[in-house]
Amino acid sequence: MVGAACALYLARAGLATLVLDRGPVAGGTTGAGEGNLLVSDKEPGPELDLALLSARLWHDLAAERGIGRAVEFEAKGGIVVASDAAGMAALTGFAAGQRTAGVAAEIVDAAQLHDLEPHLAPDLAGGVRYPQDCQVMPSLAAAHVVRAARRAGAELRTGATVTDILRAPDGSVRGVRTAGHGDIHAPAVVNAAGTWGGEVAALAGVRLPVLPRRGFVLVTEPLPPGTVRHKVYAADYVADVASGDAGLQSSAVVESTAAGPVLIGASRERVGFDRTFSLPVVRRLAAQATALFPLLGTVHAMRAYLGFRPYLPDHLPAIGADPRAPGLHHACGHEGAGIGLAVGTGHLIAQSLTGRTPDLDLAPFRPDRFEEKSEEEKSEEKKETGQR
Amino acid sequence: MKRTPLELAQAQPGPAYAVTVDGREIAALPGQTVAAVLWTQGITSWRATRGSGAPRGIFCGIGVCFDCLVTVNDRPNQRACLVPAAPGDAIRTQEGTGHDELGHGAL
Repeated sequence: MVGAACALYLARAGLATLVLDRGPVAGGTTGAGEGNLLVSDKEPGPELDLALLSARLWHDLAAERGIGRAVEFEAKGGIVVASDAAGMAALTGFAAGQRTAGVAAEIVDAAQLHDLEPHLAPDLAGGVRYPQDCQVMPSLAAAHVVRAARRAGAELRTGATVTDILRAPDGSVRGVRTAGHGDIHAPAVVNAAGTWGGEVAALAGVRLPVLPRRGFVLVTEPLPPGTVRHKVYAADYVADVASGDAGLQSSAVVESTAAGPVLIGASRERVGFDRTFSLPVVRRLAAQATALFPLLGTVHAMRAYLGFRPYLPDHLPAIGADPRAPGLHHACGHEGAGIGLAVGTGHLIAQSLTGRTPDLDLAPFRPDRFEEKSEEEKSEEKKETGQR
Repeated sequence: MKRTPLELAQAQPGPAYAVTVDGREIAALPGQTVAAVLWTQGITSWRATRGSGAPRGIFCGIGVCFDCLVTVNDRPNQRACLVPAAPGDAIRTQEGTGHDELGHGAL
């Protein structure tokens, strides 16, 4: 998704753009997401600024002919609910901070909660409504953004694995080597390889510690429109997202889709690229979702899927030029927010590559900010060495 | 038209029992799935899709495609090809999601 968005804004900025995808479009983390375009789960700071920029750009994109409906764009709004008074107090404080940063956040009491979501559990303390939260169907979003990029002149090659980054004697990037498509020369290379962005960075000899953070999503049988109306999640979700713990965190994130099924996320655990199905994790998700929406206990979960969020230790993506390898730019590490943040990222990358001043200060997203290994990484390496 | 492989398979099932399809009593044989019961009666479609209301029955027959969904004993979205029929089952053809009680209309 991020690569597709970069291609769109780069092509529209007039640059000759070639998209190389190792797999099919949306074959990585994008195809395993829920399509959340959230401002509600972000505290004031650079990520929220990027989310607000992206929200505006998503609205512009969705208004273009043939895109909004095709990608199932829905400005449905989010509702974060608190189960008790203490949770509600914390949520109210969090929302107050967000409002100062430009987020629309309306306090909703217990009675109003049920007008907005009639099937919510009866004993919740209240919540906050975030009208700016939106949703897309992520695979369709990536496909249609790629299509729009191609209309703007970009070229797409799928099944093209990048095996090396070509560098001139002075260290600057000169293009990429691919399996099957030969050497491709270009003055600028954008690393939008998501969870695999660290591997691509390593091809250029630079360190970018992107780690996979696994998540499961449960899919219910189709339910009638209006059963679940917003993106609804428990206040604990915000703390889970911010956590750096490798162990399992989970909190219910519930939303309906245009096709009818309700999606239930969101678990987070750092277990490498382990694709093993985990019944305990999805059981916990189901229990948390039915605690929010008791009616979900009466419907079937048809299937579950999993994906790997691209996690960077400070929970911020890497966006912009890499001073360690002139010509290499990064646009990866968006963790679970990549679908939403993709368009802002693509826009900033295009501004940066065409020599304009980016709409946001890129300093917090600097790709070389991890030169010093964090305490967390050091202890993890120690653990791994000890195990050997 | 009856559809049954009993003769081909030289099967000798136990005595028949009764189930209902949309309130109408029909005979079922031990070991049959709900889909087999319906097919035996010549019923090949028992669901209308939620979009266009197109008719649906068995497609894959092995529980993968979720096309043969049917309401059994008030529980919607059962896969007819997998659910064993049982004496007294109330089988109902299904419209749309089978969950009309949940929705509050499109918003």
